[in-house]
Amino acid sequence: MASFKMAKTVLKSLFKKPATAMYPAVPREWTERTRGHVGIIEENCILCGICARKCPTNAIVVDRKGKTWTINRMSCIQCESCVEACPKKCLAMAPSYTPPSVEKITDIFEIPLPDKEKTEA
Amino acid sequence: MGKSTIIPFGPQHPVLPEPVHLDLEIMDEKVVRAIPSIGYVHRGLEKLTETKDYNEMFYVIERICGICSFGHGWGYTLAVEGLMNVDVPDRADYLRTALHELSRIHSHLLWLGLLADGLGFESLFMHCWRLREKVLDLFEKMTGGRVIFSICKVGGLRKDITPEMQNDVLKTIKSLRNEVNSLTKVFLDDASVKNRLCGVGKLSKTEAVDLCAVGPVARGSGVNNDIRLTGIGKYLDLGFKPILEEDGDCYARCKVRILELYQSFDLIEQIMLELPQGPVDVPVKGMPPSNDFIARMEQPRGEAFYYVQGNGTKYLQRMRVRTPTNANIPAMVKTLQGCDLTDVSMLILTIDPCISCTER
Ligand code: SF4
Ligand code: SF4
Repeated sequence: MASFKMAKTVLKSLFKKPATAMYPAVPREWTERTRGHVGIIEENCILCGICARKCPTNAIVVDRKGKTWTINRMSCIQCESCVEACPKKCLAMAPSYTPPSVEKITDIFEIPLPDKEKTEA
Repeated sequence: MGKSTIIPFGPQHPVLPEPVHLDLEIMDEKVVRAIPSIGYVHRGLEKLTETKDYNEMFYVIERICGICSFGHGWGYTLAVEGLMNVDVPDRADYLRTALHELSRIHSHLLWLGLLADGLGFESLFMHCWRLREKVLDLFEKMTGGRVIFSICKVGGLRKDITPEMQNDVLKTIKSLRNEVNSLTKVFLDDASVKNRLCGVGKLSKTEAVDLCAVGPVARGSGVNNDIRLTGIGKYLDLGFKPILEEDGDCYARCKVRILELYQSFDLIEQIMLELPQGPVDVPVKGMPPSNDFIARMEQPRGEAFYYVQGNGTKYLQRMRVRTPTNANIPAMVKTLQGCDLTDVSMLILTIDPCISCTER
């Protein structure tokens, strides 16, 4: 048995930089794969609705009539299913998180569909 | 001899964030009897099989626990893969094993921190959690998530890791090993820590068997019931041997976990050095058939059990999970009998309770 086994570690950390970051003054660095939020390239979307069907939390609503693609940021669990399923590869996982909020945010994107008539699924 | 009083412990208690409630019957500062009650955070996750298909269910299962999330996901995919007769490629199996061992490291470091906190050793607690953070960063780099990884799927893994990541893992493990060395000395040799742990809460081998203890609690009493020996993942190919201690007290349980940290370091290094090339997933065809399957998994806290029953549609008929804490509660109640009131928190901590996953 011995005492003061921790002393060396504690003394060492006195002279080290803090292990914690000064967030939010110093922003966090994201890794390439960090799943922060779903981003969409509106020009490529064809409103096929596959992402909405694949989403386990039904966070995505695709409105073909109103030409909008809507995502409920609070329902989304960042699972990346929609990104994998999108046939046009217009969805991607962006690394930064959506800012904290006190209400349920839904982001609505207008989709500029080319004017030639869409085929009904 | 005074008369007995009942002291309520939890569900909100500073020593652990888990909502377990105990009625402690106390006589002269000794616990005569402990009556546990759980059920404060039931979430009804099993019921969700009715509305989520078997692929979506994976995300639900992963969220049973924030610490063993990878293990739960893997256990579930093992069960579904067994049901659907899917063979996972070698590379995926090795990577799953490595990721699971990384989870074990972060779980055990978390637990060691909580133990230090329970002992009142704040600086030790901070250092354990500082090291755990490195593992979480590694996870983020490899999978994209710090707590919920969503990297497993029925049929393999969703993402492969790159050679740079492989190097990162090796580097981090090397530095972790050095730093854990200095903390190990404190946990295993320091007089103040030993005073609180040695000889406290003895659980004999027969008691551990009779009460169906699992995981480090059983292994601390010398019971070898490590599920990793049953052929999940690549443990047998890696020459895995479980760590056993004979004493059955809090110190033995702590020692098992510390030695398991080193064992996980070794396993991960071995995997990263000899990782085979190849695909990480296979296409899965069809729906789960009308049959059932049981898979077992060694979580950081012990054996977990997954039951799935298919019905030919994309929804499972039934899905059941039994988590290790559920199995360890009888052993905890046993060790509490006759202990000092001051040791109660230590005894509850050393089974590493995860009540939220018990209640799913
Ligand atoms: S799957 Fe892709 S193309 Fe189809 S609606 Fe969703 S985002 Fe648009
Ligand atoms: S990431 Fe997952 S939860 Fe979020 S919108 Fe896509 S499919 Fe839905």
